[in-house]
Amino acid sequence: MPLRVIVLAKQVPDTKNVTGEVMKPDGTLNRAALEAICNPEDLNALEMGLQIRERYGGEVIFMTMGPPRAAEILQDALCRGADRVILLSDRRFAASDTLATSYTLAQAITTHLSPYDVVICGRQAIDGDTAQVGPQVADKLSIPQVTFVDATPEYDGAKFRILRDLGRVKELVAVAPPVLLTVRRTANSPRWPSARLVLKYRRARCAFDIETEARRQQTRVDELLERLRPRGLFIETWGAEDLNADLSRVGISGSPTKVKKIDNVVLKGRDLKLYGADDAGVRDLVAQLVEERTFG
Amino acid sequence: MTQHGEIWVYAEIEEGSVASVSLELLGKGRELAQVLGVPLSAVLLGHRARPLADVLFAHGADTVYLADDARLAQYTTLPFARVLTGLVRDKQPEIVLYGATPLGRDLAPRVASQLRTGLTADCTDLQIGTYESGGHLYQNKLLQIRPAWGGNIIATIVSPEVLPEMATVREGVMHVPEPVNGRTGKLVEVPVNLDNEPAAVRILERTTHPRTVDLRAANIIVSGGYGMGAKESFALLEELASLLGGQVGASRAAVDAGFIKADHQVGQTGTTVRPKLYIACGISGAVQHRAGMQESGKILAINTDPDAPIFQIAHYGIVGDVREVLPRLIKALKGKL
Repeated sequence: MPLRVIVLAKQVPDTKNVTGEVMKPDGTLNRAALEAICNPEDLNALEMGLQIRERYGGEVIFMTMGPPRAAEILQDALCRGADRVILLSDRRFAASDTLATSYTLAQAITTHLSPYDVVICGRQAIDGDTAQVGPQVADKLSIPQVTFVDATPEYDGAKFRILRDLGRVKELVAVAPPVLLTVRRTANSPRWPSARLVLKYRRARCAFDIETEARRQQTRVDELLERLRPRGLFIETWGAEDLNADLSRVGISGSPTKVKKIDNVVLKGRDLKLYGADDAGVRDLVAQLVEERTFG
Repeated sequence: MTQHGEIWVYAEIEEGSVASVSLELLGKGRELAQVLGVPLSAVLLGHRARPLADVLFAHGADTVYLADDARLAQYTTLPFARVLTGLVRDKQPEIVLYGATPLGRDLAPRVASQLRTGLTADCTDLQIGTYESGGHLYQNKLLQIRPAWGGNIIATIVSPEVLPEMATVREGVMHVPEPVNGRTGKLVEVPVNLDNEPAAVRILERTTHPRTVDLRAANIIVSGGYGMGAKESFALLEELASLLGGQVGASRAAVDAGFIKADHQVGQTGTTVRPKLYIACGISGAVQHRAGMQESGKILAINTDPDAPIFQIAHYGIVGDVREVLPRLIKALKGKL
């Protein structure tokens, strides 16, 4: 039986690639200047989904929740081999914490994508580093979760055998679908977009882009859709109504956690005492450390 | 509302003992409990785990809720989440704290989702304070403080309108309180009802690699970065560390380059340490690394680049090549110690 795999992803600021250009003169980070990328471990999740499809047959659906701009990572996922991509986007989803995010994602899955076999998420996103959305989606779907997965699972037609890496502990577990997995970056190396798929999908766009285009060209939205859909260039875009969502559980109203404040990390600049790199300098340093009893 | 519920610490079992992060949380939990004027409790789920309750009492727990059952002998998500969620619903604590370990980060989000409450991940500090929003002042709230955006910002998070307030807390950033031998408390045995719960995930194999190095216990850490240049140069760090009775640490760049095993990694994705002396050799001091060592008593940095950020947080510095400076340092120490 072919497997339906749903990969959940997030567009994030590239916090691992902080160069001088994104630092403000006061030494703090200019967050708006960071590049937006697909969260790295979500690409590992996509790769795992594609490997499952290649080994056992089925389809890979790649879904994100975010602003219209997040369609960028969906277009990229099509170019890497996803069969179908979905954007969950609605002003009312803004400022979601992990609880509201997991509700929204799970709502999309239960209303439109069931039955499914595997949901795969990256272990955590590099902006929030919470690692919470995966387990919370699993809870909302009432399915088991296997976190910190370190290799593509083996499937015998009834159960998955899955390797987990918990740091000092490694576990091999068995579980029947449907199940949610969260994937570590060490699980695989994500494939690059293929040239053939890039040519095919480089103009794929979401409903927001199409509305703008229709206004500019003074055509009707459904006319544009008629042209784009058969060529796979329309990125499905769902809002709160499409998900039949309880509005008290999405966005800011569905988010119990609030940000009280944000402090920028500024290098403290201590009174640094420099010593020479030669024998004399090193001897002076050792004398200082012995005298103040830092050694011993 | 002035009546507060208890503060709970989820007591994680690691290789048959209470995980040190759980003991660290009892220390912090005691501080918070004093501010709120409430008892501090620990929740212990396991099998034949009764003796561990005494460890929890000795470290400050007033009450230990013990759920003891063969089906809880090893951690699996669903049974543990079910028992803990039921207990929270029954006793209604104010705050529940977990270690930000793989187990804590697997369990806590699931419990938070069931309870539809807030959860903040990987906190590095917790305080009690106020939160103001829309003209409403919330008092005695748990301020959950954590780095985000790769450590470039520090966020303070609150869950003003839901209970319990929940957080996972990074290992090694809080102090284990001194145990008081013979200190006792109230033991509450919790009934375990898992009869209709099939074991969804079955553990087929489980292998544990012993901790080859315990950086958190070290007084002196000699740490190497990418600037060490080669795996062989780490022998210099070993020699210096053994001379000083310390341990060898490393930056992520050094681990990624294959110079040393990941057990030795200090920083946001490694271990958080606060030794008496931290010697950073060929480490530039990326924010993710600083997050794991900047609370060290004294920091000595050795680096060829005088503008490296590590010098901004160091107390002592030598601008020079570690491969030349370290042999001199070892020689000078052999003369002194």
